[in-house]
Amino acid sequence: MDPLNAIVALSNFVLIPALAYGAQLALGALGVTLIYGILRFSNFAHGDTMAFGTMITILSTWGLQGMGVSFGVLPTALLALPFGILGTALFLLLTDRTIYAFYRKQRAAPVILVIVSMGVMFVMNGIVRFVIGVDDIGFADGERFIINARDFRDMTGLEEGLAVRTTTVITLVTAAIAVALLFWFLNRTRTGKSMRAYSDNEDLALLSGINPERVVAITWIIVAALATTAGVLYGLDKSFKAFTYFQLLLPIFASAIVGGLGSPIGAIAGGFVIAFSEVMITYAWKKVLGYMAPEALEPDGLVQLMSTDYKFAVSFAILIIVLLFRPTGLFRGQSV
Amino acid sequence: MTRGLILYALMALLLLVTGLTQGWSVTFTILNYGLVSAIMALGVNLQWGFAGLFNIGVMGFVALGGLAAVLTSVPPVAEAWSAGGARLIGALALGAAIIAGPIALWRRLPKGKSSGLILLAYLLAGFFLYRWVFDGAVERVEAVNPASTGYLGGLGLPIIFAWPLGGVLAAGAAWAIGKTALGLRSDYLAIATLGIAEIIIAVLKNEDWLARGVKNVAGLPRPVPYEVDLQQDPVFLERAASWGIDAITASSLTVKLAYAGLFVVVLAVLLILAQLALASPWGRMMRAIRDNEVAAEAMGKDVTRRHLQVFILGSAVIGIAGAMMTTLDGQLTPGTYQPLRYTFLVWVMVIVGGSGNNFGSVLGGLLIWWLWVMVEPMGLWLMDVITSGMSEGSWLRGHLQDAAAHMRLLTMGVVLLLVLRFSPRGLLPER
Repeated sequence: MDPLNAIVALSNFVLIPALAYGAQLALGALGVTLIYGILRFSNFAHGDTMAFGTMITILSTWGLQGMGVSFGVLPTALLALPFGILGTALFLLLTDRTIYAFYRKQRAAPVILVIVSMGVMFVMNGIVRFVIGVDDIGFADGERFIINARDFRDMTGLEEGLAVRTTTVITLVTAAIAVALLFWFLNRTRTGKSMRAYSDNEDLALLSGINPERVVAITWIIVAALATTAGVLYGLDKSFKAFTYFQLLLPIFASAIVGGLGSPIGAIAGGFVIAFSEVMITYAWKKVLGYMAPEALEPDGLVQLMSTDYKFAVSFAILIIVLLFRPTGLFRGQSV
Repeated sequence: MTRGLILYALMALLLLVTGLTQGWSVTFTILNYGLVSAIMALGVNLQWGFAGLFNIGVMGFVALGGLAAVLTSVPPVAEAWSAGGARLIGALALGAAIIAGPIALWRRLPKGKSSGLILLAYLLAGFFLYRWVFDGAVERVEAVNPASTGYLGGLGLPIIFAWPLGGVLAAGAAWAIGKTALGLRSDYLAIATLGIAEIIIAVLKNEDWLARGVKNVAGLPRPVPYEVDLQQDPVFLERAASWGIDAITASSLTVKLAYAGLFVVVLAVLLILAQLALASPWGRMMRAIRDNEVAAEAMGKDVTRRHLQVFILGSAVIGIAGAMMTTLDGQLTPGTYQPLRYTFLVWVMVIVGGSGNNFGSVLGGLLIWWLWVMVEPMGLWLMDVITSGMSEGSWLRGHLQDAAAHMRLLTMGVVLLLVLRFSPRGLLPER
């Protein structure tokens, strides 16, 4: 029995990684949920929007590094993030003008917009592969650890080390700032309120003189900011690869739906629900249980519920369970 | 009608030009995969065009067809069966029983928090019991000669039987998905199918006892003769000589033509069935449901049941195509299944061809597959032209030429967006 070591091991391998991953998913799901609330369709290009934003950020990072600019102990990518957001926002506004606006005017069925977003997904995926290729790209620089595992062991004298990576802390802080800004914007500013009004009741909002094109444009800009931030944080934490970002679509949609499509709070909650279940179910619990159980009962297997390759199955199973028992999600979202 | 004939003639001309400029071997390869793609598009059209069901898990059903090809054609590995086959089958049956338990119990248990907890405890205990039986069996099976087998093998039947079996496997998966997700909203079905496709691929990649996972199963038997055998057959050599082409080219062309013949037969049968279904009262009912669900329900049509029916049928067609494709490949490589290629490309085929029109889907399948293959050489050529003025070995030149390979996705996206914008009903619109 050694609960202290068990807690440290649990935090190191489960809680902290899941917290970071959950924050990344939450930011992604917020983008999906906003588009769903305002534009009323499921945007399949969202994963590739994240990839696109991250690509621009990486290119700007390289540019900054080439000029000799650095952010000290923090990754340079954080300085490049505004450029990434700007580029993505311009691109999204362009796709809205050239592509989505036409279907909005026609009042096309949501499912048509979903298929259109599939086309946009292809184009964005092609552009990203075209510009930056399909390889794994690591672009995190600066200090890697705030506390590294050995220092922690020396400090506390515990058997288990606790490593706190810079990227984890950056993810949590940035995500908290982004969410705080978003909620302040939605709840306190006039534009934010008009967005919520438009989302709740389009006709009534139009009747009271809200300009729909302005609401839509601002939505895209916010989505660009959220998607780019989510993509950059994920890339800093792990690495950037076009295909991985496309695959993030599934957990992100699962988060948004589990929380209730159209509900921002739901998206955040959903992100953490999905992240924690994915990490906990694919983690090999041998070590933690070894510290917790009396020696005679120590498990000899890995005590891993499922291999890590099945992480999609976890988000999927949670999605199905929530849909069957509470079809509008945890925080009553909208339904079309 | 005339429009269709003209477009099909143009497609034939396109293949003819490809044959004359790039060689017939390449052209028949394109045609064969095009025919398989056309069948996949037909399946998606059944679901989307007839009934408005948004299935983006095509990849999963294609992969199940591929699995069927292995399970049917490969000879059984007797050693693996005796090592752990029975225990493995027992474990799977146990797993099914554990899952079936609560479904049967759920309605009888009194409502309340405690019954939920009991259920959870039951499932958890059941899971560990299942894993204990299952893991032991898997370990034994995978230990049997892992370099060449390490799996249970198949039935050792001719591979042609895999095609219907692929349809059956896909239909079974479709039933399970449809039962849970079809009552829900359309975009939930989309996400559910997307998820199940990823899970099917994950299973194929990881469960080595089933089809060797990422170690792949290569050298599947063929429904057509091997080139080498043809080249040693005096009758064939004589015929090749009389055609005036050398034996190696002749044998390769013969094999590809034989595949094309088989595929055309399957495509024709499915197309006729789909056309009959479309014109029948059942087809009219499906379209009525698609166009106005509420009205159809008011007329006494069981919408959810009909949706389930057409979802299963469409998925079965996709499964058949998947088995045919693996047969043509001669190997199952789970690592190569990618949603952009197997799900979204098929969707481009259906939309471009004309959703709701079977002939349109077939045309879309052939045309878009041709484009998918040809975009790469075209992109390379384009890049060569663009970069011809640049200095040899410049960074941009190298990058542009490498990037030409990624032109495919961009082109497909642009084609899809253009068709949706300017001709949303596709090349051959539904009447």
